[in-house]
Amino acid sequence: MSDSDILKEFLVESYENLDRLDRELVGLEKDPEDSAALGSIFRTIHTIKGTCGFLGFSKLEAVTHVGESLLSRLRDRQLKLTPEITTALLSMVDAVRQMLSQIEAAGQEGERDDSALIATLTRLQRVPEAPPKVELAPAPESISDAVVAPVSIGDILMQRAGVTQAEILLAVKLQKAGDPRHMGEILVEQGAARPADVVDALRIQQASRAQATAASESSIRVDVGLLDKVMNLVGELVLARNQILQFAYRMKDTSFLAASQRLNLITTELQEGVMKTRMQPIGNIWGQFPRTVRDVALACGKEVSIEMKGKETELDKTIIEAIKDPLTHLVRNSVDHGIELPADRVKAGKSGIGRLMLRAFHEGGQVNIEISDDGAGLNPERIRQKALDRGVITAEQAARMTEREIFNLIFLPGFSTAEAVTNVSGRGVGMDVVKTNVEKIGGTVDVQSSRGRGTAIRVKIPLTLAIIPALIVACGGDRYAIPQVSLLELVRLGPDQVRSGIEMVHGAPVHRLRGRLLPLLYLSRELQLAGAAEPQTQEEHAVNIVVLQADGRQFGLVVDDINDTEDIVVKPLRKQLKTVGTFAGSSIMGDGKIALILDVLGLAQRAGLVGEARDQAVIEKSGESAQTAGQKQTFLLFAGPGNSRMAIPLSALARLEQFPASQVEMSGRQWVTQYRGRILPLIRLHVALQERRNQSRALPALPAPGSEPLQVLVLNHDGRSFGLVVERILDIVEDRAEVKSAATRPAVLYSAVIGDRVTELLDIPAILQTASLALQTHTAVKFAEAAN
Amino acid sequence: MAATSQFCTFYLDKLLFGVELQRVQEVIRALEMTKVPLTPAVVSGLINLRGQIVTAVDLRRRLELDPRPLGLLAVNVVVRTEDGPVSLLVDEIGDVIEVGETTFEPPPATVSRSVQIMITGVHKLNHRLMHVLNTEKACQIGDSAGIAPCV
Repeated sequence: MSDSDILKEFLVESYENLDRLDRELVGLEKDPEDSAALGSIFRTIHTIKGTCGFLGFSKLEAVTHVGESLLSRLRDRQLKLTPEITTALLSMVDAVRQMLSQIEAAGQEGERDDSALIATLTRLQRVPEAPPKVELAPAPESISDAVVAPVSIGDILMQRAGVTQAEILLAVKLQKAGDPRHMGEILVEQGAARPADVVDALRIQQASRAQATAASESSIRVDVGLLDKVMNLVGELVLARNQILQFAYRMKDTSFLAASQRLNLITTELQEGVMKTRMQPIGNIWGQFPRTVRDVALACGKEVSIEMKGKETELDKTIIEAIKDPLTHLVRNSVDHGIELPADRVKAGKSGIGRLMLRAFHEGGQVNIEISDDGAGLNPERIRQKALDRGVITAEQAARMTEREIFNLIFLPGFSTAEAVTNVSGRGVGMDVVKTNVEKIGGTVDVQSSRGRGTAIRVKIPLTLAIIPALIVACGGDRYAIPQVSLLELVRLGPDQVRSGIEMVHGAPVHRLRGRLLPLLYLSRELQLAGAAEPQTQEEHAVNIVVLQADGRQFGLVVDDINDTEDIVVKPLRKQLKTVGTFAGSSIMGDGKIALILDVLGLAQRAGLVGEARDQAVIEKSGESAQTAGQKQTFLLFAGPGNSRMAIPLSALARLEQFPASQVEMSGRQWVTQYRGRILPLIRLHVALQERRNQSRALPALPAPGSEPLQVLVLNHDGRSFGLVVERILDIVEDRAEVKSAATRPAVLYSAVIGDRVTELLDIPAILQTASLALQTHTAVKFAEAAN
Repeated sequence: MAATSQFCTFYLDKLLFGVELQRVQEVIRALEMTKVPLTPAVVSGLINLRGQIVTAVDLRRRLELDPRPLGLLAVNVVVRTEDGPVSLLVDEIGDVIEVGETTFEPPPATVSRSVQIMITGVHKLNHRLMHVLNTEKACQIGDSAGIAPCV
């Protein structure tokens, strides 16, 4: 291995380690007691320090050395981790990173002055009030050596068998003086450790060594260029396979057919394998976000917690790299401009700590990445005004624009550098760059926002560099591929069914699919193919409908002919054709001809099928995820007294129970029952709903023996359980409970339309209050009676 | 001796055009073309160039010349551009010629503006003029060609 190879290896390894350092340091700040993380951080810095000493990078060594000393103080619990120390350590990581890139570019460290950083790190090392320092001068060196070896036997014994450090140091000294015995042997002979402990320790040591080697041997580094090449070759192989398969079916030679089938299977597996080699979980780039969020939040004086869902969502490496910067930008933006200052948040009734949520998931052959915050949201009026001021839109346009269109104005270049917009409305710095970068890889960016509740930015990225299953259809003599992921089903209307099967809604063709109207698009018309026949004149032909789904909307695409499903290699369209939103790419078919891949969403958008309505739905969805606008809630519906329809949020419900009437007992004026070893008060809804002055003073009777079992909702409130007796359980529904009107009686929050019917929403605390009030008055009376 | 450069020449509606030789990847006879609906007329379609999908540009239309007469099979001149190879459809391929700087002259102002950006200039040859084509500009189709971008 030459020097340059060693250097390269060192750089690659160090970069990886540094990325991990960022994460670990931020994690450590949250949980300063995590000694495993601290140990790992220490080892990383130690390794870098050691290697750069060996390679002769003295500046790098100097910085890492002070960093290491600081870390060792932390590890030995002489110092406590403070934000200041974390910041200093993070800036050390940055300095190391800068030096490494300098080394990578120029082969040497270059001129730089890190004395300020070194001074800070040295200053922070000073232990506040000199704690009793057990280990003396030689100790740190021997400890760090021990850390570099997988795990030293001495360490294990110290941790597990109560061997003191002095004893181990003595043993080390003996070994250095030429004692040929192992550490364990010396310790046992000195009576410092029991033989059994040493055996245990050895086993642990072996296990950890095996783990370390397994991790390093089970993966290798491969040049991405090579992977690209392999990927292209596999793409070609898939095409050749397709050609051979077609040929094999024509040949009708069984042995040839069998061989080609085998080729088919192997190719498919090979293709999957190669695809996988290029996939990386999105967590790889998210890993640095906690650090980003921390830094930005600290700089703005905010507190922000970051949550991540779908870290494991895999994306092609090239795409991961392409979206890294835009995503970082969006995250910074959310913290910087989206989330308000803690004081403002508290004023707005929110927790002082802002929430930033990252979510990634696959949907319809695309990867969705959502960055949402619970900040102030965008102010459409301000954006509209700004756009007018800057002359981006005309007054007439502004009046016509929907809220969503206005939000999307923030992606216009004109908005990018406007300082004022950043301050008043929230977003705007470099959003156009984000959009351009995402669109470069064929993705889209969309923003949704709700005033005071937050903003969600959704990035959609198609899987361009891929081999996908697709349905091949024919139209106007050419073939088109429809990605299988958008495909729902195929419907064929025979010549005699066409007249009744296709109806018109004010000129728009629809088909009744299982009782629901399915809007139809004619591919030939959408593509403006020559001789696109009018649907009315096609009656003598059968009609093929491909039922597709785009963004939650279904529609039927009428094509001339439906061929087969096939794996196709997606080749992105050249720039010249990118402006046509109807095609997602192109592919070479088995016969060497080219087929265009239809962009189902683009097609639907072009036809106006997907528009504002869909966005409404999306907002609802994302609102749910971000716990913001127009929440859908799950309700338990039940019949109350007089068969009135009532509901409680399902979240309030602990259990549904049925008690036979005979199990109900009386405690004072209160119905109770024995439930799981406790006494559960039962509140009868019709009693609770009565106005208090009408409440009968007579002792309530027990349910008549032999009457129907009681339907009881067991609810938990304020740490107390109680049962609510209702007439009948109706249903569990999900609804937004939007149309509200004021309550007409006590213990009811409001009336809303849930599941298309007017439903009263119960006010659980109020019910409890009436019930306990009744209880209290009763006891008061009792006391009064006793006093008399 | 003055610097010379080599040009791959071709004909379009009897006009002689030249493309710097190092920009030309290859010249192939007519290939089967796949139409791309909804694209401007200058895009003839896509061709399969040994597994690579290449956009074919009808250079006659691009340069605002008369459409190619029916029955005349176009020749593909595949040129390298920043955005990968693009095939230019021409009538007939000519010789590779070597010209010096002295014969070059920029296009006269009377050439229509939209075409002027694609023609760097002309070389005055013995019997005729050779138009030097700016391939990057000629292959730029989209916003620059006045097609409304999809919103």
